[in-house]
Amino acid sequence: MPAKGWVEIDEALCKGCELCVAYCPVSVLALDTNRLTPQGYHPAALVEDACTGCNVCAVVCPEAAITVYREVIPRRHATTV
Amino acid sequence: MTVSAPSKPRRKLKLVYQKPEALTDKATHYCPGCTHGVAHRLVAEVIDEMGIRERAIGIAPVGCAVLAYDYFELDGVEAAHGRAPAMATGIKRVLPDSVVFTYQGDGDLASIGMAEIMHAAARGERITVIFINNAIYGMTGGQMAPTTLPQQVTTSSPRGRDVVTQGYPIRMAEILATLDGVAYSVRRSMHDPANIRKAKKAIRLAFEAQVRGLGFAMVELLSTCPTNWRMSPIEAMHWVRDHMVPAYPLGDYKVDAALKKLRV
Amino acid sequence: MTRELLKGNVAMAEAAIRAGVDAYFGYPITPQSELLEWMSKRMPEEGRAFLQAESEVAAINMVYGAACTGARVMTSTSGPGISLMAEGISYIAGTEVPAVIVDVMRGGPGLGNIAPSQGDYRQVIHGAGHGDFFPLVLAPASVQEAVDLISEAFDLAEKYRTVVFVVADGSIGQMMEPVTLPPMRERKRARPEWAVGGAKGRAPRRLTSLYLKPEVEERVNLRILRRWREAEAHEVRYRGYHLDDAAYVVIGFGTAGRVALSAVRAARSEGIRVGLFRPVSLRPFPTQAIRQLASQAKAFLVVEMNGGQMLEDVQAAAQGQVPIRFYGRMGGMVPFPDEVLAEIKALAAAPPSPADDPRGRWLAQMAQA
Ligand SMILES: Cc1ncc(C[n+]2csc(CCOP(=O)(O)OP(=O)(O)O)c2C)c(N)n1
Ligand code: SF4
Ligand code: SF4
Ligand code: SF4
Repeated sequence: MPAKGWVEIDEALCKGCELCVAYCPVSVLALDTNRLTPQGYHPAALVEDACTGCNVCAVVCPEAAITVYREVIPRRHATTV
Repeated sequence: MTVSAPSKPRRKLKLVYQKPEALTDKATHYCPGCTHGVAHRLVAEVIDEMGIRERAIGIAPVGCAVLAYDYFELDGVEAAHGRAPAMATGIKRVLPDSVVFTYQGDGDLASIGMAEIMHAAARGERITVIFINNAIYGMTGGQMAPTTLPQQVTTSSPRGRDVVTQGYPIRMAEILATLDGVAYSVRRSMHDPANIRKAKKAIRLAFEAQVRGLGFAMVELLSTCPTNWRMSPIEAMHWVRDHMVPAYPLGDYKVDAALKKLRV
Repeated sequence: MTRELLKGNVAMAEAAIRAGVDAYFGYPITPQSELLEWMSKRMPEEGRAFLQAESEVAAINMVYGAACTGARVMTSTSGPGISLMAEGISYIAGTEVPAVIVDVMRGGPGLGNIAPSQGDYRQVIHGAGHGDFFPLVLAPASVQEAVDLISEAFDLAEKYRTVVFVVADGSIGQMMEPVTLPPMRERKRARPEWAVGGAKGRAPRRLTSLYLKPEVEERVNLRILRRWREAEAHEVRYRGYHLDDAAYVVIGFGTAGRVALSAVRAARSEGIRVGLFRPVSLRPFPTQAIRQLASQAKAFLVVEMNGGQMLEDVQAAAQGQVPIRFYGRMGGMVPFPDEVLAEIKALAAAPPSPADDPRGRWLAQMAQA
């Protein structure tokens, strides 16, 4: 079972550019059209449970708005990253 | 779309990525999806990883990155248009132990500042140059840059760049690689995650070259300008891949032997 | 203290070294090249930074960079180089960092020639660059005075956080004269509280001339202007010769002032009550002192090696209280004392009327010569 991940998006920084949305390999990100950031954008948000913590979204984010976490899993289950 | 909040994993979480310390908390003024922000982030990550933030002095250009000094959590100065390499030289010559980098656009570096970049490189100034090639003048509203592609439409080449009257694009990474003072001259792109990772490695080596006193180092980064290209951020990423990369081949044009051995 | 026979350019270079200059960046141009050459030898000997830049554009931006670190830094050039430096000078002023620039003036405009001139007066008093700022401008009339002013220039630049020009003309740059050099000063080490140098154990510092909000830029402009007013109040410098009983006053700076002094002495020996007023600070200009003289003298004679650039400042200072005659040589021509003596005699014989146009009269006279 792949490690489960979690991302937090800083809405003060996010500009809703959708690059993270486009590049997330498991398509778990989307813009939250119900919300507006202080800068007036719809922020990106996790919309499904399947985030793997792969970090791709943070790598493309131009605003350094994304913090990525990954579950700590017992060693014997470790997958290569 | 309406978002149903997913549930946070129950097991203990470890931090994989957070905003680098060498960036300030300020929101940038860059347009949504502009890869200037990616380049800033990569520079900051490298500075954090090398532990050189307290020795670093950044030089902002005239161009969209004119306020770059506000986004880096380190000492910074703002140069006149194209003169950042001369200013960097002045700083580095009186503070040789500092880590000095310029951050310049293609109009800044390859047009008005051509003399300054060439001579800083020829002298082998121990500085690091981050060169943002977005094939356009972003800040002034999308005019033609020296790097604009043939036939590319800009606000000052409305029928497309006509090479007969407006000349050909300039390939800086190749040109600088011909100079003996240069320790590192490469071109990378920021058009997808894999290329961004490679770009970061190159930035690391460009700072390593300075810290190790090997000579002048430049990383040319192919970058987007969604606003003036009149594209969505993702379309702009694809335009870099489909049009800029063929015209500006990615690669190592000069790498000092001491850097080749480094594992970063 | 020993006196040495030194060429003006060399003496100025060595004076800067004695004043503790940390870095020099320049580009060759006659008639200042010996200054750069001397620096190329001596700065490395002293373990300091010397660099021959690829252009004056680069040189001034290297100066700008070094100035941002709080280093004592200078460049030297001549008029064509000042033109190229204009941009950088404006940035230095806008960033409020100190720098010293030596301009060894030559004939112009354009490429002109390499003979001595004072044609850059208007250019340097406005600092050559764009925007609202005020450089200090000091004009020596001898090699010794050049040495003394260079030493002072760095302190003034740091005190007022601005650009200080030392403007000599080609003859001072090229002339050999006995001079007493000051002792070697301790190089200052503590970095000023505004300077960049790495944010070690403190918040980052940022130096810029960019203030996007007009209300902020206006505050900066006012700060620069207030500092300038301080300089105006404290840094006016001039020399007076035989002024106590003078009915006629010759006004000239630099070499023109020096030539005029010989003429003044000759005229005195012929019984003409004439004195010399020699502005040393061209900015701040000695307006009050000239106004005072204007209320006492019968007439002024302004002598310059240009077409009357300072004349306009003298006229503004005199406020029409006194008639003014003008005599200038241009294009690299240096007036002879005899020429100035003839002008003094003409002035004493027939003082102009306050309504006269001094430049028009002089131009008509030059047409006949
Ligand atoms: C001497 C001078 N000339 C022109 C300008 C106007 N100007 C500001 S930014 C710029 C072009 C910047 O383009 P580039 O370097 O490609 O950077 P980008 O904005 O695309 O990041 C120009 C021409 C200026 N500020 N100073
Ligand atoms: S960490 Fe990977 S899987 Fe999770 S949101 Fe980001 S890109 Fe998608
Ligand atoms: S890439 Fe960054 S700025 Fe763009 S939508 Fe995602 S989180 Fe927001
Ligand atoms: S104008 Fe272009 S280069 Fe400038 S911030 Fe916007 S997208 Fe980026």
